[in-house]
Amino acid sequence: MYVAVKGGEKAIRNAHRLLADRRRGDRSVPALTLAQIAGQLALAVDRVMSEGALYDRDLAALAIKQARGDMIEAIFLVRAYRTTLPRFGYSEPVDTGAMHIERRISATYKDLPGGQMLGPTFDYTHRLLDPELAGDAEVPGAGRGEGEPARAMRVSDILAEDGMIEGDGDAATETPGDITREPMEFPMERDTRLQSLSRGDEGFLLALAYSTQRGYARSHPFAGEIRIGEVEVAVDMPELGFAVTVGRVQLTECQMINQFKGSSKAPPQFTRGYGLVFGQSERKAMAMALCDRAMRARELGEDIVAPAQDEEFVVSHCDNVQASGFVEHLKLPHYVDFQAELELVRTTRAEHESRRDPGPAVAEAAE
Amino acid sequence: MSVSEPVDDRTQARRHRLSVLAQGDAALLAECWNGLGIDPECELVRGPEIGLVALRGRMGGGGAPFNLGEATATRASVRLADGTTGHAMVLGRDKAKVKLAAVIDALAQDEAMAARLDEAVIAPLQAAIAARDADRAAETAATKVDFFTMVRGDD
Amino acid sequence: MAMQSNDVIVTGGFDAPVFDAQSVFRALMDAMARPGTVQAIAPRASAPAPLGSVAAALALTLCDADTPVWLDSASTQDGAVARWLGFHAGAPVTDDPAAAAFALIGDGASLGSFDRFARGTQDYPDRSAALIVQVPDLTDGPALTLTGPGIKHSATLAPSGLPARFATLWADNHALFPRGIDMVLAAPGAVAALPRTTRIAITEN
Repeated sequence: MYVAVKGGEKAIRNAHRLLADRRRGDRSVPALTLAQIAGQLALAVDRVMSEGALYDRDLAALAIKQARGDMIEAIFLVRAYRTTLPRFGYSEPVDTGAMHIERRISATYKDLPGGQMLGPTFDYTHRLLDPELAGDAEVPGAGRGEGEPARAMRVSDILAEDGMIEGDGDAATETPGDITREPMEFPMERDTRLQSLSRGDEGFLLALAYSTQRGYARSHPFAGEIRIGEVEVAVDMPELGFAVTVGRVQLTECQMINQFKGSSKAPPQFTRGYGLVFGQSERKAMAMALCDRAMRARELGEDIVAPAQDEEFVVSHCDNVQASGFVEHLKLPHYVDFQAELELVRTTRAEHESRRDPGPAVAEAAE
Repeated sequence: MSVSEPVDDRTQARRHRLSVLAQGDAALLAECWNGLGIDPECELVRGPEIGLVALRGRMGGGGAPFNLGEATATRASVRLADGTTGHAMVLGRDKAKVKLAAVIDALAQDEAMAARLDEAVIAPLQAAIAARDADRAAETAATKVDFFTMVRGDD
Repeated sequence: MAMQSNDVIVTGGFDAPVFDAQSVFRALMDAMARPGTVQAIAPRASAPAPLGSVAAALALTLCDADTPVWLDSASTQDGAVARWLGFHAGAPVTDDPAAAAFALIGDGASLGSFDRFARGTQDYPDRSAALIVQVPDLTDGPALTLTGPGIKHSATLAPSGLPARFATLWADNHALFPRGIDMVLAAPGAVAALPRTTRIAITEN
């Protein structure tokens, strides 16, 4: 039960004023600009865009600044902002096959057509802190190589040719479900699961993905392909009568390939999990793909034995705005609830004591 | 909502123009436009207004669609003094750029003006987009892995 | 699809979309909260015929890309209303009344059974259609006596231009509660509402 209480307005005003002061910090240090955040903390911005489910670099940078770097608070701010805007419409599904590739690797095919391009990766760094970065040392420009920006074939298409890997599946409908418009219902279809995962908390999905590798659902995964780059976004404009490109977004796509022993429904082959995330968010895309595959257990006739395979568990708990809302509401005043429970405990405790034999047993216990 | 395929060259050209305007750099667009020295009388019939476009992907890259998330978008519709309308929608929140794109879309309904705009605005924007893409591609190509197999000796 | 400019289509939207929509929404909310009351709506939007200014303003306030709209035959004649709605509200028009979130009924007299519209489910009674019905006026027709939530004792509304069996249709709708459709009556300059909770009796005179 909730009972409205009043008071604390002055304390709240001053707390917010203090927050603004502490956020700004030492006035002799220059304030961060949004361009600095968007440009130099780009992967933090990408995470806020991805989990805020709103692609807008400048807004994500503003949210990070306003939240003092608290990522979930920043994601909350972005989610709150998006609810104030009207939705103009839906894009055509983006074509990741036509991506302007910035990174593209495969752990399953060394010589895949189009080649393996590492792009701006942390992989193969030694994870040694670099004291040079503490200053503002000159940074040389990127190297340049030869090569056509060819349309890079998907790795999944290579195995698909000989039937060793499942295909993309048929598009039964061109109008997928939307968790921002319809209440969630279980069992849930893959379209809305993917939507939930794409905005899901990176840490939560990472932990679940890890659990599938450690035996909580046997997944035998391989990173078939990871690609990062910009794709064009086309929107049908009814006033024109045709679709036009309205810009580009940077995405990370992960095709995870999993050994599958077959079931009554399907022959032994490789199955796939899919990850698609805003920005450069490789860890998240990989975790998403592993969770997607694990939650396809029902569809593929596998036994549901692990948390990652339980779509209701995963989808209901992967949203960090919902999760923090419910956990953090505990710090709001519950004075009346607590008084009521205190009374209840007092009463039951009194009953408990009165049921005990009041004679020598008490004296013994006291000794 | 079905997407009708563009049928004629005029539609194709209009679609291409709007796509370049959407992806082009706002400062370069303003510079090219100002270079033309035209200032048509026009009225905004809708917007410029900021909203959202729901972005969709496909399962596995090529399967059934799903909703990925949303992106901010700005759209505008203008009407010239002669009644011709122009429309534009661009990701992001740059109202000035979108309004200008809608004006260019309206003006380009006139064939002679379209040729002028394509030369003075669309072509330079497209060249700049291609140059940026080529730069990025070259930088990425420099990180391409050349594998060589280590042969294990027998002795 | 026609590519040429069409003034009827691209004009007539709200001048101040946020404030206009808020103002119309407020009037509609008051009408819904107090069934039988007549709330004034100043002219703010103009749509192609037969849509009047009030129905047009209601459509712009309520409809968007996520709300399929069904149009009655009076409103579908030349496709202008559909294109106007698409341009100003982004709302898709559907041929299937069961798929519609809103139905725009240009001619109230043509109103038939509500069976063809979505009336929600027991679990999700909100998954139902709202009908925006144009009528010539709200005061000169047969008097309807309204009772139910939001009405202290009873209220009277006298819309013209509804079919003779309207009270029967409405009784069937009311009987479905919590399922059912909701209705908004759009007259020149004013709006009244009949939420599914309202009971109607024809006043004898």
